[in-house]
Amino acid sequence: MSDLKITGLHKHYGAFHAVKGIDLDVPSGEFTVLVGPSGCGKSTLLRTIAGLEDSSEGKIEIGGKDVTWARPRDRDIAMVFQNYALYPYLNVKDNVAFGLRARKFAEPEVEKRVARAAEMLGIGHLLKRFPRELSGGQRQRVAIGRAIVRDAILYLFDEPLSNLDAQLRDDMRVEIKRLHQELGRTMIYVTHDQIEAMTLADRIVLLRDGVIEQVGPPLDLFERPQTRFVAGFLGSPKMNFIPATLTETGVKLSDGLTLELPGRRGLKAGEAVILGLRPQYISMAGTNTAPGHARVPVTIELVQPTGSRVQATMPMGGTSIIAELSAHDVSRPGEKTEIDIDMTRAIIIDPQTDKVL
Amino acid sequence: MSALPFHRRNDVRLAWRYLIALILVIIFCFPVYWLFIISFKTPDEIFAFPPVWYPASIQFSNYKVLFKDGDALTVGNSLVLASVSTFVAMILGTLAAYSLVRFKTGGENLAVWIISQRMMPPVAIVFPLFLLYVWLGWVDSYFGLILLYTAFSLPYVIWMMRGYIEDIPLELEESALIDGCSRWEVLWKVVLPMARSGLFATAVFTFIFAWNDFLFALVLTRTEVTTYTVQVTHYFGGQSNFWAKIAAMSVLGTIPVFFTVAVMQRYLVRGISMGAVKG
Repeated sequence: MSDLKITGLHKHYGAFHAVKGIDLDVPSGEFTVLVGPSGCGKSTLLRTIAGLEDSSEGKIEIGGKDVTWARPRDRDIAMVFQNYALYPYLNVKDNVAFGLRARKFAEPEVEKRVARAAEMLGIGHLLKRFPRELSGGQRQRVAIGRAIVRDAILYLFDEPLSNLDAQLRDDMRVEIKRLHQELGRTMIYVTHDQIEAMTLADRIVLLRDGVIEQVGPPLDLFERPQTRFVAGFLGSPKMNFIPATLTETGVKLSDGLTLELPGRRGLKAGEAVILGLRPQYISMAGTNTAPGHARVPVTIELVQPTGSRVQATMPMGGTSIIAELSAHDVSRPGEKTEIDIDMTRAIIIDPQTDKVL
Repeated sequence: MSALPFHRRNDVRLAWRYLIALILVIIFCFPVYWLFIISFKTPDEIFAFPPVWYPASIQFSNYKVLFKDGDALTVGNSLVLASVSTFVAMILGTLAAYSLVRFKTGGENLAVWIISQRMMPPVAIVFPLFLLYVWLGWVDSYFGLILLYTAFSLPYVIWMMRGYIEDIPLELEESALIDGCSRWEVLWKVVLPMARSGLFATAVFTFIFAWNDFLFALVLTRTEVTTYTVQVTHYFGGQSNFWAKIAAMSVLGTIPVFFTVAVMQRYLVRGISMGAVKG
């Protein structure tokens, strides 16, 4: 059964068309991440699901019920906001209990549920404190507690971690993932951070300019992007894009280098394309070259160590590409070496349509 | 000066500051002191020269007269008029302000139109109003004055509350809406607690406006709902002024405001500075 079904959803703000015909089906218990650059309509979509914005066109069903025109409180959802949205005049316990009391739960039940949620999130010792006495991470825990304390069909998260510093963000990400595994509830999570999207999602919905660019499990989107935008958005460092010309069995770069594309036959030779190579699928050349891999001599231009890995920049095909190598593979710019490119992972893109061929 | 060590020079400067502050406090407080002290003096002491800086004995006969003649009841009238009109104006004004802010009622300009009503000099409409009130039979009635004070306070309340409500993060309300609250519950459980300081500050000022009104009360009351401000003027006679009564009556009129401000001071300071930070 699907917990959320969106059909043909549009949202206009005056002349601005924020959401342009979204169809989405979210199965029960799934963790769905809406991701995309700012202004892509992901937050608007979430707010429309929550009923905080009216849809201009289309239909929204939650738990099999048409809620397109229902008030937020009649949609059986819970939501965590970016700025925590804690009531400063209530202590942690009353904040967490707010939704239950608004729905007229009996006080013993409220006590029980608040205690359980507090224990789950490790905020039991903070119940008597006020929001101003909490750190950012603690506040976000309370905000999450306020959502999970209720039995909603749908749990919505609107960039809940973007106000936290990097270290805390990593911790809370783990926490949210754990919560989802424990609760098994349907969660929809909005973020602009592709790492959050990759690590948390059962399924990523990648949005751009108000339309869905691609939907699928994170690895699927990472390995089999359908458009140049998806290929470039997911993954860090970004995918390398190199202008090239097709040959019968591969591509030719502007510096004369030819690369075979294994398993591809009957390519339209002479056609201009863009070759997409992930930095992760480039390594230092060993003594042997595996089938489908290409061995290319390069000169290292720039070296950025990141700890266990190093990002090396090098010129290729009239542009600069980045390779993610092992930490001690290269150490200084100017070094001449050979790299191994896994061409089975390479993609080619039609520059006219930006579609992956 | 330069011969003094640094910390000594600071001490001298501080002493000067205290001295100036003290002089200013005396200048500002003296009229209030004089008002209070006259109300406790006998007629002889009031007119004595050189002036009696403090009476030999505190006596309450000036007040006794006011209570015996029933003049003191005018303070009660002021209290009823100011409290009820403040209460009504706060309810209506807060609702209107919420609607202006959250539902953009009346577009961008309605709020400015509303506050512009406040800029009209009251004296310009007091006589048309008097004629209207005579025709409606509302002169010298609680209802008439409460209605008028409420109408005159509303623009101020709306304008102030609009500012305070705008400062409330929208997410707090949205969160409450999702958590199961209706709009009325959001207003009661989120907006009012969030705007509490502003609410009290606005209420105090609204109360004081109505409390201090003289013009409307003078024109629109006769005997039944005379306010204390009008009552005080009755003691200015053609032949002589009843200074003792004037002073005692003024003190009676000052006390309620004094207590209101004292009790609300905490909210007042926060409420005023809240407004100050954001236009």
